[in-house]
Amino acid sequence: MDRLLDPSFVLGHMNYWLFVVLMMTGLYIVVARGNLLKKIVGLNIFQAAVFMLYISAGKVRGGTAPILTDNPGEAYSNPLPHVLILTAIVVGIATTALGLALTTRINEVYGTIEEDEILEIDHQETEREVAAILATSAQDSANA
Amino acid sequence: MELAITLFLFCAIVATAIAITTIRSLFAVVMLSGVISLLSALLFVLMDAVDVAFTEAAVGAGISTVLMLGTIALTSRTQKDIKRNNLIPLAVIILTGLVLIDGTLDMPSFGAPDSPAQTHVGAAYIARTADEIHIPNIVTAVLASYRGYDTLGEVTVVFTAGLGVVLLLGGMGARSRKRRQEEEG
Repeated sequence: MDRLLDPSFVLGHMNYWLFVVLMMTGLYIVVARGNLLKKIVGLNIFQAAVFMLYISAGKVRGGTAPILTDNPGEAYSNPLPHVLILTAIVVGIATTALGLALTTRINEVYGTIEEDEILEIDHQETEREVAAILATSAQDSANA
Repeated sequence: MELAITLFLFCAIVATAIAITTIRSLFAVVMLSGVISLLSALLFVLMDAVDVAFTEAAVGAGISTVLMLGTIALTSRTQKDIKRNNLIPLAVIILTGLVLIDGTLDMPSFGAPDSPAQTHVGAAYIARTADEIHIPNIVTAVLASYRGYDTLGEVTVVFTAGLGVVLLLGGMGARSRKRRQEEEG
């Protein structure tokens, strides 16, 4: 716990803590909000937080962008997290597009993009089907 | 100074994200998510990830905002006011957050040149790119040459997602026309 009172430790780790707060905000939107579009925005925020963590890990104090210069003594930041996150951003937009397409399709069928209303409609549908099955089986046994 | 700007931008992103949780208008939500993308692009530039900043500004703030605007145009513009019990999610995220923060305490401090992430394979790519690939941008060299197969895999993922979108939304116009005709006649 002594470390938490040391200003250089706190400043050096502030980034990670802010990333945790951002990630948890995204998770909260996904879990606590019923609107499907908002859930996708929440997922994007969660994802952005992961990007931050990786890029933070690649940063070198006093370093420059990993593009080779003529100066032989130049310090570069680590290029590997950048490559990983480039791929992740492109895959992220692909999954976002798929999620948005699903949302649009759900809206077409259910007429709403609120999770609670969709569940309610599903519930009523199931009850109606069960009632229909019970009615036919009662009729069958009466005929027999 | 650089650290101060980094932390300020980070705080601005967190504040925007918290605003998104409370706003009902989906248009505002989409715009704020574009703001988050732009702010994070700035942050990436500060943290030396120029290629990532470029992609984030184009893809995150550009394409994804357009896709989301299209979606709200096809669905609805406001989030309905539905009462939910938010105590359990709140407890879950606070608990998860505390566990994650506990995990960060053992991490090397931000920008440390001797952290494990800097001392292994990354340095090898920096040393070899000039001789082996003959281009100055190391990120491009790794993406398109050293790890070219991974990029091919990424293209496969994007293709699959595109196929999924076409299958989900294909014929939507025809379906809605048919429904309208049935309602009329």
